[in-house]
Amino acid sequence: MNIPDDLQYTQTHEWIRQEDDEIVVGITDFAQAQLSDLTYVELPAIGDQVGVGDEIAVLESVKAASDIYAPVAGTITGVNELLQESPELLNADPYGEGWLFKLRPQNMADLDDLLEAEQYEETLPDS
Amino acid sequence: MNVKSNLKTPLHAEHLARHARMAPFAGWDMPIQYTSIVTEHQQTRQQATVFDISHMGEFDISGPTAEQDLDRLLTQRIATLANGQCRYGYLLNEAGGVIDDLTCYRRADDRFYLVVNAANRAAAADWIKAHCQSRTIFADVSDQTAKIDIQGPAARALMEEALGCALPDLNYFRATDWTYDGVSSWLSRTGYTGEWGYEWYLPTEAAVTCWQRLLAPGALQPAGLGARDTLRLEMGYPLHGHELQPDRSPVAVAGSAFMHLDKPFIGRDQVQRVLDQGPDQQLLGLRLESRRAARAGDTVWREGTQIGTVTSGSYAPSVGVAIALAYIDTAHAQPNSACTIEVRGQHLPATLTKPPFYKEGTARAT
Repeated sequence: MNIPDDLQYTQTHEWIRQEDDEIVVGITDFAQAQLSDLTYVELPAIGDQVGVGDEIAVLESVKAASDIYAPVAGTITGVNELLQESPELLNADPYGEGWLFKLRPQNMADLDDLLEAEQYEETLPDS
Repeated sequence: MNVKSNLKTPLHAEHLARHARMAPFAGWDMPIQYTSIVTEHQQTRQQATVFDISHMGEFDISGPTAEQDLDRLLTQRIATLANGQCRYGYLLNEAGGVIDDLTCYRRADDRFYLVVNAANRAAAADWIKAHCQSRTIFADVSDQTAKIDIQGPAARALMEEALGCALPDLNYFRATDWTYDGVSSWLSRTGYTGEWGYEWYLPTEAAVTCWQRLLAPGALQPAGLGARDTLRLEMGYPLHGHELQPDRSPVAVAGSAFMHLDKPFIGRDQVQRVLDQGPDQQLLGLRLESRRAARAGDTVWREGTQIGTVTSGSYAPSVGVAIALAYIDTAHAQPNSACTIEVRGQHLPATLTKPPFYKEGTARAT
Protein backbone atom coordinates (compact mmCIF):
# COMPACT_ATOMS: atom_id res chain seq x y z
CA MET A 1 0.00 0.00 0.00
CA ASN A 2 1.51 3.30 -1.12
CA ILE A 3 1.30 6.01 1.59
CA PRO A 4 3.72 8.84 0.71
CA ASP A 5 5.50 10.40 3.72
CA ASP A 6 5.22 13.96 2.45
CA LEU A 7 1.40 14.09 2.51
CA GLN A 8 -1.18 14.45 5.28
CA TYR A 9 -4.29 12.30 5.57
CA THR A 10 -7.80 12.00 6.97
CA GLN A 11 -9.46 8.98 8.53
CA THR A 12 -11.85 9.03 5.58
CA HIS A 13 -8.97 8.29 3.16
CA GLU A 14 -8.35 11.71 1.64
CA TRP A 15 -4.76 12.90 1.20
CA ILE A 16 -3.71 16.55 1.47
CA ARG A 17 -0.66 18.24 -0.06
CA GLN A 18 0.20 21.80 0.97
CA GLU A 19 1.11 24.17 -1.88
CA ASP A 20 1.74 27.70 -0.56
CA ASP A 21 -1.62 28.95 0.79
CA GLU A 22 -3.60 26.18 -0.92
CA ILE A 23 -4.00 22.47 -0.42
CA VAL A 24 -4.47 19.77 -3.06
CA VAL A 25 -6.84 16.95 -2.06
CA GLY A 26 -7.20 13.45 -3.45
CA ILE A 27 -8.00 9.92 -2.29
CA THR A 28 -5.43 7.44 -1.05
CA ASP A 29 -4.16 4.35 -2.80
CA PHE A 30 -6.05 2.30 -0.22
CA ALA A 31 -9.29 4.12 -1.08
CA GLN A 32 -8.93 3.74 -4.83
CA ALA A 33 -8.19 0.01 -4.42
CA GLN A 34 -11.27 -0.41 -2.22
CA LEU A 35 -13.52 1.50 -4.60
CA SER A 36 -12.04 -0.10 -7.75
CA ASP A 37 -13.08 0.93 -11.29
CA LEU A 38 -14.10 4.54 -10.74
CA THR A 39 -16.64 5.49 -13.36
CA TYR A 40 -17.89 8.95 -12.45
CA VAL A 41 -16.69 11.88 -10.36
CA GLU A 42 -18.85 14.76 -9.18
CA LEU A 43 -16.67 17.69 -8.10
CA PRO A 44 -17.43 20.91 -6.21
CA ALA A 45 -17.55 24.26 -8.03
CA ILE A 46 -14.70 26.75 -7.86
CA GLY A 47 -15.58 29.39 -5.30
CA ASP A 48 -17.66 27.06 -3.08
CA GLN A 49 -17.26 27.81 0.62
CA VAL A 50 -16.97 24.54 2.49
CA GLY A 51 -16.90 23.54 6.16
CA VAL A 52 -14.76 20.79 7.61
CA GLY A 53 -16.42 17.41 7.06
CA ASP A 54 -18.85 18.71 4.40
CA GLU A 55 -19.70 16.24 1.65
CA ILE A 56 -18.29 18.08 -1.34
CA ALA A 57 -17.61 15.43 -3.98
CA VAL A 58 -18.97 12.04 -5.00
CA LEU A 59 -17.00 9.18 -6.47
CA GLU A 60 -18.91 6.45 -8.24
CA SER A 61 -17.61 2.99 -8.94
CA VAL A 62 -19.47 0.27 -10.85
CA LYS A 63 -21.08 -0.91 -7.62
CA ALA A 64 -21.53 2.12 -5.40
CA ALA A 65 -21.22 5.86 -4.75
CA SER A 66 -18.93 7.26 -2.04
CA ASP A 67 -18.79 10.76 -0.54
CA ILE A 68 -15.64 12.83 -0.27
CA TYR A 69 -15.37 15.21 2.69
CA ALA A 70 -13.67 18.59 3.01
CA PRO A 71 -10.60 17.98 5.20
CA VAL A 72 -10.62 21.57 6.50
CA ALA A 73 -12.85 24.65 6.07
CA GLY A 74 -12.09 27.00 3.20
CA THR A 75 -12.77 27.95 -0.42
CA ILE A 76 -12.52 25.71 -3.45
CA THR A 77 -9.92 27.18 -5.82
CA GLY A 78 -9.55 24.44 -8.43
CA VAL A 79 -10.99 21.13 -9.60
CA ASN A 80 -9.43 18.39 -11.72
CA GLU A 81 -11.45 18.67 -14.94
CA LEU A 82 -9.61 15.69 -16.45
CA LEU A 83 -11.61 13.41 -14.15
CA GLN A 84 -14.88 14.20 -15.94
CA GLU A 85 -13.67 12.37 -19.02
CA SER A 86 -11.17 10.03 -17.36
CA PRO A 87 -12.26 8.99 -13.86
CA GLU A 88 -9.91 6.00 -14.21
CA LEU A 89 -7.03 8.41 -13.46
CA LEU A 90 -8.11 8.08 -9.83
CA ASN A 91 -7.27 4.39 -9.95
CA ALA A 92 -4.14 4.71 -12.07
CA ASP A 93 -2.48 7.64 -10.28
CA PRO A 94 -4.30 8.58 -7.06
CA TYR A 95 -1.49 10.83 -5.72
CA GLY A 96 -0.74 12.47 -9.07
CA GLU A 97 -3.02 12.95 -12.07
CA GLY A 98 -5.97 11.68 -10.05
CA TRP A 99 -6.09 14.66 -7.64
CA LEU A 100 -9.63 15.91 -6.94
CA PHE A 101 -9.70 19.58 -5.98
CA LYS A 102 -7.71 22.51 -4.55
CA LEU A 103 -8.87 24.40 -1.52
CA ARG A 104 -7.67 27.58 0.23
CA PRO A 105 -8.02 26.87 3.97
CA GLN A 106 -9.67 29.48 6.15
CA ASN A 107 -7.05 28.82 8.74
CA MET A 108 -3.77 27.08 7.89
CA ALA A 109 -3.47 25.95 11.50
CA ASP A 110 -6.39 23.55 10.84
CA LEU A 111 -3.94 21.40 8.87
CA ASP A 112 -2.24 20.51 12.17
CA ASP A 113 -5.26 18.33 12.99
CA LEU A 114 -4.69 16.04 9.99
CA LEU A 115 -2.98 12.65 10.21
CA GLU A 116 0.64 12.05 9.27
CA ALA A 117 1.44 9.07 7.02
CA GLU A 118 2.34 6.79 9.91
CA GLN A 119 -0.83 7.65 11.82
CA TYR A 120 -2.95 7.09 8.72
CA GLU A 121 -1.38 3.71 8.11
CA GLU A 122 -2.38 2.67 11.62
CA THR A 123 -6.03 3.33 10.82
CA LEU A 124 -6.01 0.83 7.94
CA PRO A 125 -7.06 -2.80 8.40
CA ASP A 126 -4.19 -5.29 8.42
CA SER A 127 -3.82 -6.79 5.00
CA MET B 1 -24.88 -15.81 19.97
CA ASN B 2 -26.35 -16.76 16.66
CA VAL B 3 -23.80 -16.30 13.91
CA LYS B 4 -24.98 -17.34 10.51
CA SER B 5 -22.00 -17.93 8.29
CA ASN B 6 -22.18 -17.73 4.55
CA LEU B 7 -22.04 -20.85 2.42
CA LYS B 8 -18.93 -21.62 0.39
CA THR B 9 -18.78 -23.06 -3.11
CA PRO B 10 -16.30 -25.89 -3.85
CA LEU B 11 -14.11 -23.22 -5.49
CA HIS B 12 -14.01 -20.89 -2.49
CA ALA B 13 -10.34 -21.55 -1.70
CA GLU B 14 -9.45 -20.91 -5.36
CA HIS B 15 -11.00 -17.45 -5.14
CA LEU B 16 -9.16 -16.63 -1.92
CA ALA B 17 -5.87 -17.81 -3.46
CA ARG B 18 -6.45 -15.32 -6.28
CA HIS B 19 -7.22 -12.56 -3.76
CA ALA B 20 -10.69 -12.08 -5.16
CA ARG B 21 -12.83 -9.50 -3.45
CA MET B 22 -15.47 -11.59 -1.70
CA ALA B 23 -18.93 -10.50 -0.59
CA PRO B 24 -22.12 -12.16 0.63
CA PHE B 25 -24.64 -12.93 -2.11
CA ALA B 26 -27.86 -14.83 -1.45
CA GLY B 27 -26.29 -16.43 1.62
CA TRP B 28 -23.05 -17.39 -0.13
CA ASP B 29 -19.57 -15.92 0.14
CA MET B 30 -18.94 -15.16 -3.53
CA PRO B 31 -16.20 -13.52 -5.61
CA ILE B 32 -17.33 -10.07 -6.81
CA GLN B 33 -14.14 -9.34 -8.74
CA TYR B 34 -10.62 -10.67 -9.19
CA THR B 35 -9.00 -7.68 -10.93
CA SER B 36 -11.67 -5.13 -11.81
CA ILE B 37 -15.31 -5.36 -12.86
CA VAL B 38 -14.73 -3.34 -16.02
CA THR B 39 -11.73 -5.44 -17.07
CA GLU B 40 -13.57 -8.70 -16.46
CA HIS B 41 -16.62 -7.37 -18.30
CA GLN B 42 -14.55 -6.39 -21.36
CA GLN B 43 -12.68 -9.72 -21.35
CA THR B 44 -16.03 -11.51 -21.48
CA ARG B 45 -17.33 -9.41 -24.38
CA GLN B 46 -14.07 -9.56 -26.35
CA GLN B 47 -12.68 -13.01 -25.58
CA ALA B 48 -14.02 -15.23 -22.80
CA THR B 49 -13.98 -15.59 -19.02
CA VAL B 50 -14.83 -18.22 -16.42
CA PHE B 51 -17.38 -17.71 -13.62
CA ASP B 52 -18.04 -19.77 -10.50
CA ILE B 53 -21.83 -19.98 -10.39
CA SER B 54 -21.98 -22.95 -8.01
CA HIS B 55 -24.29 -21.07 -5.66
CA MET B 56 -27.21 -21.60 -8.02
CA GLY B 57 -29.57 -24.48 -7.29
CA GLU B 58 -30.18 -27.59 -9.39
CA PHE B 59 -33.18 -29.91 -9.05
CA ASP B 60 -33.42 -33.35 -10.62
CA ILE B 61 -37.07 -34.20 -11.22
CA SER B 62 -38.03 -37.59 -12.62
CA GLY B 63 -40.68 -40.22 -12.81
CA PRO B 64 -43.70 -41.05 -14.97
CA THR B 65 -45.63 -37.92 -13.85
CA ALA B 66 -42.67 -35.47 -13.90
CA GLU B 67 -43.52 -34.00 -17.30
CA GLN B 68 -47.16 -33.48 -16.39
CA ASP B 69 -46.28 -31.89 -13.02
CA LEU B 70 -43.70 -29.52 -14.49
CA ASP B 71 -46.04 -28.45 -17.28
CA ARG B 72 -48.53 -27.41 -14.62
CA LEU B 73 -45.88 -25.72 -12.42
CA LEU B 74 -43.87 -23.84 -15.05
CA THR B 75 -44.97 -21.24 -17.58
CA GLN B 76 -42.83 -22.63 -20.41
CA ARG B 77 -43.99 -25.63 -22.47
CA ILE B 78 -42.44 -28.82 -21.11
CA ALA B 79 -44.30 -31.53 -23.10
CA THR B 80 -42.60 -30.52 -26.35
CA LEU B 81 -39.07 -30.21 -24.93
CA ALA B 82 -36.69 -32.48 -26.82
CA ASN B 83 -34.01 -34.43 -25.00
CA GLY B 84 -31.14 -32.02 -24.34
CA GLN B 85 -33.28 -28.95 -24.96
CA CYS B 86 -34.02 -26.28 -22.36
CA ARG B 87 -36.50 -23.47 -22.04
CA TYR B 88 -36.53 -20.43 -19.78
CA GLY B 89 -39.71 -19.52 -17.90
CA TYR B 90 -41.26 -18.78 -14.53
CA LEU B 91 -42.48 -20.59 -11.44
CA LEU B 92 -45.57 -18.59 -10.45
CA ASN B 93 -47.59 -18.49 -7.26
CA GLU B 94 -51.41 -18.60 -7.22
CA ALA B 95 -51.54 -14.80 -7.55
CA GLY B 96 -49.44 -14.94 -10.72
CA GLY B 97 -46.32 -13.49 -9.05
CA VAL B 98 -42.84 -14.89 -9.72
CA ILE B 99 -41.51 -17.33 -7.11
CA ASP B 100 -38.46 -17.84 -9.35
CA ASP B 101 -37.33 -17.65 -12.96
CA LEU B 102 -35.59 -20.77 -14.15
CA THR B 103 -34.45 -22.94 -17.01
CA CYS B 104 -35.80 -26.45 -17.42
CA TYR B 105 -33.90 -29.13 -19.36
CA ARG B 106 -35.16 -32.51 -20.48
CA ARG B 107 -32.43 -35.08 -19.80
CA ALA B 108 -34.48 -38.18 -20.66
CA ASP B 109 -38.10 -39.01 -21.49
CA ASP B 110 -39.03 -38.97 -17.81
CA ARG B 111 -36.22 -36.88 -16.32
CA PHE B 112 -35.82 -33.10 -16.05
CA TYR B 113 -33.23 -30.71 -14.65
CA LEU B 114 -34.19 -27.31 -13.20
CA VAL B 115 -31.74 -24.52 -12.51
CA VAL B 116 -32.96 -22.01 -9.93
CA ASN B 117 -31.64 -18.85 -8.28
CA ALA B 118 -29.61 -19.38 -5.09
CA ALA B 119 -31.83 -17.04 -3.09
CA ASN B 120 -34.99 -18.89 -4.15
CA ARG B 121 -33.75 -22.45 -3.85
CA ALA B 122 -35.70 -23.31 -0.69
CA ALA B 123 -38.90 -21.51 -1.74
CA ALA B 124 -38.84 -23.10 -5.20
CA ALA B 125 -38.14 -26.57 -3.77
CA ASP B 126 -40.97 -26.28 -1.25
CA TRP B 127 -43.43 -25.07 -3.89
CA ILE B 128 -42.50 -27.74 -6.42
CA LYS B 129 -42.60 -30.58 -3.88
CA ALA B 130 -45.98 -29.40 -2.62
CA HIS B 131 -47.41 -29.54 -6.15
CA CYS B 132 -45.95 -32.80 -7.46
CA GLN B 133 -47.81 -36.08 -7.60
CA SER B 134 -46.55 -38.98 -5.53
CA ARG B 135 -44.88 -40.75 -8.44
CA THR B 136 -42.76 -37.69 -9.29
CA ILE B 137 -39.34 -37.89 -7.66
CA PHE B 138 -37.86 -34.59 -6.54
CA ALA B 139 -34.15 -34.31 -5.66
CA ASP B 140 -32.34 -31.11 -4.77
CA VAL B 141 -28.87 -31.94 -6.15
CA SER B 142 -27.41 -28.44 -5.59
CA ASP B 143 -24.97 -29.57 -2.89
CA GLN B 144 -23.49 -32.22 -5.19
CA THR B 145 -23.32 -29.89 -8.19
CA ALA B 146 -20.76 -27.26 -9.14
CA LYS B 147 -21.53 -24.84 -11.97
CA ILE B 148 -18.82 -23.18 -14.01
CA ASP B 149 -19.84 -20.72 -16.74
CA ILE B 150 -17.44 -20.16 -19.65
CA GLN B 151 -18.72 -17.11 -21.50
CA GLY B 152 -17.44 -15.09 -24.44
CA PRO B 153 -16.99 -15.35 -28.21
CA ALA B 154 -13.78 -17.39 -27.81
CA ALA B 155 -15.24 -19.69 -25.13
CA ARG B 156 -15.20 -22.87 -27.19
CA ALA B 157 -11.70 -22.49 -28.63
CA LEU B 158 -10.14 -21.50 -25.31
CA MET B 159 -11.99 -24.21 -23.39
CA GLU B 160 -10.92 -26.89 -25.89
CA GLU B 161 -7.34 -25.66 -25.72
CA ALA B 162 -7.30 -25.59 -21.93
CA LEU B 163 -8.92 -29.02 -21.51
CA GLY B 164 -7.05 -30.59 -24.42
CA CYS B 165 -10.12 -32.12 -26.05
CA ALA B 166 -12.91 -31.31 -28.47
CA LEU B 167 -16.28 -30.17 -27.15
CA PRO B 168 -19.56 -31.53 -28.51
CA ASP B 169 -21.37 -29.33 -31.05
CA LEU B 170 -24.30 -27.62 -29.36
CA ASN B 171 -26.89 -25.16 -30.61
CA TYR B 172 -28.15 -22.32 -28.42
CA PHE B 173 -30.37 -23.59 -25.56
CA ARG B 174 -29.18 -27.17 -26.10
CA ALA B 175 -27.23 -29.30 -23.66
CA THR B 176 -25.77 -32.77 -23.43
CA ASP B 177 -24.29 -35.31 -21.05
CA TRP B 178 -20.53 -35.02 -21.51
CA THR B 179 -17.82 -37.20 -19.98
CA TYR B 180 -14.63 -35.25 -19.51
CA ASP B 181 -11.60 -37.11 -18.15
CA GLY B 182 -13.84 -39.69 -16.52
CA VAL B 183 -16.15 -37.08 -15.01
CA SER B 184 -19.84 -37.17 -15.94
CA SER B 185 -21.05 -33.63 -16.52
CA TRP B 186 -23.89 -31.68 -18.15
CA LEU B 187 -22.76 -29.11 -20.70
CA SER B 188 -25.22 -26.44 -21.82
CA ARG B 189 -24.94 -23.76 -24.51
CA THR B 190 -26.60 -21.06 -22.45
CA GLY B 191 -25.59 -18.17 -20.23
CA TYR B 192 -26.43 -14.86 -18.59
CA THR B 193 -23.98 -12.54 -20.35
CA GLY B 194 -25.33 -12.22 -23.89
CA GLU B 195 -22.19 -13.89 -25.23
CA TRP B 196 -21.56 -17.27 -26.80
CA GLY B 197 -20.67 -19.82 -24.15
CA TYR B 198 -21.45 -22.63 -21.79
CA GLU B 199 -22.91 -23.37 -18.43
CA TRP B 200 -21.07 -26.45 -17.19
CA TYR B 201 -22.63 -28.56 -14.42
CA LEU B 202 -20.27 -31.02 -12.78
CA PRO B 203 -19.84 -33.01 -9.57
CA THR B 204 -18.49 -30.82 -6.73
CA GLU B 205 -15.45 -33.07 -6.27
CA ALA B 206 -14.35 -32.41 -9.87
CA ALA B 207 -14.78 -28.63 -9.65
CA VAL B 208 -11.30 -27.61 -8.45
CA THR B 209 -9.45 -29.70 -11.05
CA CYS B 210 -11.63 -28.47 -13.91
CA TRP B 211 -11.41 -24.83 -12.76
CA GLN B 212 -7.63 -25.03 -12.49
CA ARG B 213 -7.29 -26.65 -15.92
CA LEU B 214 -9.47 -23.99 -17.53
CA LEU B 215 -7.34 -21.22 -16.06
CA ALA B 216 -3.90 -22.87 -16.32
CA PRO B 217 -2.97 -21.68 -19.85
CA GLY B 218 -3.76 -18.08 -18.86
CA ALA B 219 -5.91 -17.20 -21.87
CA LEU B 220 -9.10 -17.67 -19.84
CA GLN B 221 -9.30 -15.46 -16.76
CA PRO B 222 -11.89 -15.66 -13.99
CA ALA B 223 -14.67 -13.08 -13.75
CA GLY B 224 -16.78 -12.31 -10.68
CA LEU B 225 -20.41 -11.58 -9.95
CA GLY B 226 -19.77 -7.85 -10.48
CA ALA B 227 -19.10 -8.36 -14.18
CA ARG B 228 -21.92 -10.91 -14.39
CA ASP B 229 -24.29 -8.18 -13.23
CA THR B 230 -23.09 -5.47 -15.66
CA LEU B 231 -23.14 -8.01 -18.52
CA ARG B 232 -26.72 -9.11 -17.80
CA LEU B 233 -27.86 -5.53 -17.29
CA GLU B 234 -26.55 -4.51 -20.74
CA MET B 235 -28.65 -7.34 -22.19
CA GLY B 236 -31.71 -6.27 -20.20
CA TYR B 237 -31.95 -9.69 -18.56
CA PRO B 238 -34.07 -9.50 -15.41
CA LEU B 239 -32.68 -10.54 -12.02
CA HIS B 240 -35.05 -12.05 -9.47
CA GLY B 241 -35.27 -9.84 -6.40
CA HIS B 242 -34.80 -6.76 -8.58
CA GLU B 243 -36.94 -6.94 -11.73
CA LEU B 244 -38.83 -10.14 -10.90
CA GLN B 245 -40.68 -10.37 -7.59
CA PRO B 246 -43.20 -12.70 -5.94
CA ASP B 247 -45.69 -9.79 -5.83
CA ARG B 248 -45.21 -8.72 -9.46
CA SER B 249 -46.65 -10.17 -12.64
CA PRO B 250 -44.08 -11.29 -15.21
CA VAL B 251 -46.32 -9.62 -17.81
CA ALA B 252 -44.86 -6.28 -16.69
CA VAL B 253 -41.36 -7.58 -17.48
CA ALA B 254 -41.76 -9.29 -20.83
CA GLY B 255 -45.43 -9.41 -21.82
CA SER B 256 -46.46 -12.95 -22.71
CA ALA B 257 -42.90 -14.09 -23.51
CA PHE B 258 -41.66 -17.28 -21.79
CA MET B 259 -45.24 -18.34 -21.11
CA HIS B 260 -47.27 -20.91 -23.02
CA LEU B 261 -50.81 -19.71 -22.44
CA ASP B 262 -52.40 -22.60 -24.34
CA LYS B 263 -51.83 -24.93 -21.39
CA PRO B 264 -52.99 -24.80 -17.80
CA PHE B 265 -50.32 -23.71 -15.30
CA ILE B 266 -50.46 -22.26 -11.79
CA GLY B 267 -51.01 -18.51 -12.10
CA ARG B 268 -52.17 -18.72 -15.72
CA ASP B 269 -55.56 -17.04 -15.19
CA GLN B 270 -53.93 -14.15 -13.32
CA VAL B 271 -51.42 -13.77 -16.17
CA GLN B 272 -54.24 -13.75 -18.71
CA ARG B 273 -56.11 -11.10 -16.74
CA VAL B 274 -53.06 -8.81 -16.64
CA LEU B 275 -52.52 -9.38 -20.36
CA ASP B 276 -56.17 -8.53 -21.10
CA GLN B 277 -56.25 -5.41 -18.91
CA GLY B 278 -52.69 -4.35 -19.62
CA PRO B 279 -50.17 -4.10 -16.77
CA ASP B 280 -50.11 -0.91 -14.65
CA GLN B 281 -46.36 -0.68 -15.16
CA GLN B 282 -43.86 -2.05 -17.64
CA LEU B 283 -40.19 -2.79 -17.29
CA LEU B 284 -38.14 -0.61 -19.61
CA GLY B 285 -34.54 0.39 -20.03
CA LEU B 286 -33.18 3.83 -19.28
CA ARG B 287 -30.14 5.22 -21.00
CA LEU B 288 -28.45 8.07 -19.14
CA GLU B 289 -26.29 10.71 -20.75
CA SER B 290 -23.19 10.32 -18.59
CA ARG B 291 -21.45 7.62 -16.63
CA ARG B 292 -23.21 8.76 -13.49
CA ALA B 293 -25.39 5.84 -12.44
CA ALA B 294 -28.88 5.54 -11.04
CA ARG B 295 -29.40 2.76 -8.50
CA ALA B 296 -32.27 0.50 -7.43
CA GLY B 297 -34.93 2.59 -5.68
CA ASP B 298 -34.17 5.86 -7.49
CA THR B 299 -37.32 7.46 -8.90
CA VAL B 300 -38.12 8.28 -12.55
CA TRP B 301 -39.86 11.57 -13.41
CA ARG B 302 -41.55 13.39 -16.28
CA GLU B 303 -42.83 16.95 -16.04
CA GLY B 304 -43.01 16.98 -12.27
CA THR B 305 -44.73 13.61 -11.96
CA GLN B 306 -43.14 10.40 -10.77
CA ILE B 307 -43.61 7.82 -13.51
CA GLY B 308 -41.50 4.94 -12.28
CA THR B 309 -38.83 3.36 -10.08
CA VAL B 310 -35.39 1.99 -10.94
CA THR B 311 -34.83 -1.70 -10.19
CA SER B 312 -31.17 -2.04 -11.32
CA GLY B 313 -28.63 0.49 -12.52
CA SER B 314 -24.93 0.76 -13.24
CA TYR B 315 -22.30 2.20 -15.49
CA ALA B 316 -22.33 -0.02 -18.59
CA PRO B 317 -18.79 -0.65 -19.83
CA SER B 318 -19.82 -1.75 -23.35
CA VAL B 319 -22.29 1.12 -23.79
CA GLY B 320 -20.06 3.86 -22.39
CA VAL B 321 -22.75 5.52 -20.27
CA ALA B 322 -24.85 4.51 -17.29
CA ILE B 323 -27.97 2.42 -17.90
CA ALA B 324 -30.83 1.19 -15.75
CA LEU B 325 -33.93 -0.97 -15.74
CA ALA B 326 -37.09 0.55 -14.28
CA TYR B 327 -40.78 -0.09 -13.80
CA ILE B 328 -42.54 2.72 -15.69
CA ASP B 329 -46.25 3.57 -15.50
CA THR B 330 -47.80 2.17 -18.67
CA ALA B 331 -49.19 5.57 -19.71
CA HIS B 332 -45.61 6.86 -19.89
CA ALA B 333 -43.87 3.73 -21.17
CA GLN B 334 -42.98 4.84 -24.70
CA PRO B 335 -39.48 3.90 -25.85
CA ASN B 336 -37.32 6.81 -27.07
CA SER B 337 -39.13 9.32 -24.87
CA ALA B 338 -37.32 11.53 -22.38
CA CYS B 339 -37.48 11.50 -18.60
CA THR B 340 -35.29 12.28 -15.61
CA ILE B 341 -34.04 10.10 -12.78
CA GLU B 342 -33.64 11.59 -9.34
CA VAL B 343 -30.22 10.58 -8.04
CA ARG B 344 -29.23 11.99 -4.66
CA GLY B 345 -31.36 15.08 -5.11
CA GLN B 346 -30.42 15.82 -8.72
CA HIS B 347 -32.48 15.05 -11.81
CA LEU B 348 -30.38 13.29 -14.45
CA PRO B 349 -31.70 13.26 -18.02
CA ALA B 350 -32.41 9.82 -19.47
CA THR B 351 -34.13 8.20 -22.43
CA LEU B 352 -36.55 5.29 -22.16
CA THR B 353 -35.18 2.41 -24.21
CA LYS B 354 -36.24 -1.07 -25.15
CA PRO B 355 -33.41 -3.42 -24.09
CA PRO B 356 -30.96 -4.84 -24.98
CA PHE B 357 -28.66 -1.87 -24.53
CA TYR B 358 -25.81 -3.89 -26.04
CA LYS B 359 -26.73 -5.33 -29.41
CA GLU B 360 -23.52 -7.04 -30.52
CA GLY B 361 -23.86 -10.04 -28.16
CA THR B 362 -22.69 -13.32 -29.70
CA ALA B 363 -24.87 -15.68 -27.65
CA ARG B 364 -26.96 -16.88 -30.58
CA ALA B 365 -24.16 -17.13 -33.16
CA THR B 366 -23.82 -20.47 -34.90
